[in-house]
Amino acid sequence: MATDTTIMNHTTTSDHATLADKFNLDEPRVDWHDKTLWFIRKKRDKAAAQVPDWEQLRESASQIKNNVLSNLHSYLLEFEKNAQKNGITVHWAVTAKEHNQIVHSIIQEKGIAQVVKSKSMLTEECHLNEYLLAQGIEVIDTDLGERIVQLAGEPPSHIVLPCIHWKKEEIGELFSRHLGTPEGNSDPQFLTTAARIHLRQHFLSSRLAITGVNFAVAETGEIVVCTNEGNADLGVQLADVHIACMGIEKIIPQRKHLGIFLRLLARSATGQPITTYSSHFQRPRKGQEMHIVLVDNGRSERLASNDFRNALKCIRCGACMNTCPVYRRSGGHSYRYAIAGPIGAILAPGLDMEKHADLPFASTLCGSCSHVCPVKIDIHDQLYKWRQVLVKNGHVSGTKKVGMKGLAFILSHPGLYSRAGAVGRWLMKHVPGLINNKFNPWYKQREMPDVPKQSFTKWYQQNRISK
Amino acid sequence: MSSRERILEAVKKNQPNGLPLLPIASASPAATDLAQKFIRALGNIGGTAIEVESWDEIPLYLADRFSAKTRWVNMIPELGNMSTADAFEDPHVLENVTLSILKGHFGVAENGAVWITDERMGDRALPFICEHLALVIHSDDIFNTLHEAYEHIGASPYSFGTFIAGPSKTADIEQSLVLGAHGPKSMTVFLQRKR
Repeated sequence: MATDTTIMNHTTTSDHATLADKFNLDEPRVDWHDKTLWFIRKKRDKAAAQVPDWEQLRESASQIKNNVLSNLHSYLLEFEKNAQKNGITVHWAVTAKEHNQIVHSIIQEKGIAQVVKSKSMLTEECHLNEYLLAQGIEVIDTDLGERIVQLAGEPPSHIVLPCIHWKKEEIGELFSRHLGTPEGNSDPQFLTTAARIHLRQHFLSSRLAITGVNFAVAETGEIVVCTNEGNADLGVQLADVHIACMGIEKIIPQRKHLGIFLRLLARSATGQPITTYSSHFQRPRKGQEMHIVLVDNGRSERLASNDFRNALKCIRCGACMNTCPVYRRSGGHSYRYAIAGPIGAILAPGLDMEKHADLPFASTLCGSCSHVCPVKIDIHDQLYKWRQVLVKNGHVSGTKKVGMKGLAFILSHPGLYSRAGAVGRWLMKHVPGLINNKFNPWYKQREMPDVPKQSFTKWYQQNRISK
Repeated sequence: MSSRERILEAVKKNQPNGLPLLPIASASPAATDLAQKFIRALGNIGGTAIEVESWDEIPLYLADRFSAKTRWVNMIPELGNMSTADAFEDPHVLENVTLSILKGHFGVAENGAVWITDERMGDRALPFICEHLALVIHSDDIFNTLHEAYEHIGASPYSFGTFIAGPSKTADIEQSLVLGAHGPKSMTVFLQRKR
């Protein structure tokens, strides 16, 4: 079963290409995965086309984020002051570990053993669940997709659609094992109802709820959390304590800017005009405690980089994943990072260049990601720039380095280039096995093109210069 | 140095020169029949909009669809004693509410969302924990886009406010849309024509 291999994938240290190869062993499944995500991309296109000022919205969102990143210091102070005025306790964490410790200390202080959590990519980035489990605290993920992968012992494979790689029959089997549903029933309506009953018990019994943050408004000190399922709200409204975890880049200046971002977010993510719930938490409910943990974890360092700063504009809609030809055919787990796809491939190396050195190469540089990004991050440019940084820092394989150096030498010597071309054409024609073999990655799953009769230079001389 | 100071110092040192905050430019053309646009948008996301002339029509409509034997919580005084609003000491007691009826502030035509703040919820948990949700807004109180909606909200104070757009839903299992993920399985919005 593919699900077993994906579990293994995550724990091994194979690179993206190797894991993508494994994912591609089951061809019909890859086709299905590819089509499902493309279907969502098309829904996004349809939703975007219905907004006449879509491009202007993207531009506004991008400019607001530029303003935020260049004034983040004062916005953070403003947000903190207003949140505190609203009765919210604000915490600061330099690292993922410190974030986990802060969350743990709040839970420990209340003597709680089980908490509910709605979707938060930040807590995935920090591996909060594993950390808390090691301290004897169980975290129940309440987003249906996240609960499914949690029961299976996997991380999400997509930031908006955590179990997009799962088939309903497999979910039926998983639920039958964990929730006691009848074997062989894989009807989505039935399974969702079973999960509703199962998770309702946890909502009702949990005294502490953790949520992520989609937007934090400096002007008002409020946070906005968006869900379709209502799981963030059910968790928070029934708990004594609410902990909201956010990266420091989630700040926006003013409440009215939510109009821009909420118009873009769901349309870009799933093609919906808005998520079912866009909840604005400004003050804790009577008798409730509310905490916000502001996490840096490498973000402040990223701010200094002219080339890579823009990645911090991301609003986590997942549009770049749905459109990416590599993501769609390699699956989220092949990225081995909480955030997969093109955006993950430019965020992850910023955290640990060596560990994630393979990711910027998991792209065709087609630029589709940048074209759908609602905040206009230059994703494909950054992928290309990361490749240069990685090569300079010695984080690419020896063969790639030698190949690149050889190519650079040939390309910078025109005489040699022309002779090499002639030799290459002769070899491709007379000894095709030299190139059409499994050691040539370009031959994999495709036929090599016909050998041209002459070089382009020669063709040009004959056809253009004479005219 | 505390973590707060370390982060703030690093941010201050690394952030680029300040770029200006530009005014919001929106070019959405003015829509004419906002109520009809809202009704269509809500229908597309799995909700139902019902136009009514008077308050009396609302309980009649609801009585047709929801058994009177189930627990209803009404937070709209104009609807009279359709049901008793409980004392909300503990939101957990709302677990068995079948239908809650609340007054929203306004609707948004482009996405079918209704804005409601906590002073109209009875309890913050009510709109999420009930099995079916009914909201009432005036048919004149509909804005075209979220821009106009936030202009209207302005700096108004609330402790908790939310846009609700349709029933709670999920498509996490093979992209099959299921209404009623954790919260309400249906959302009905009554559009009142008269004040």
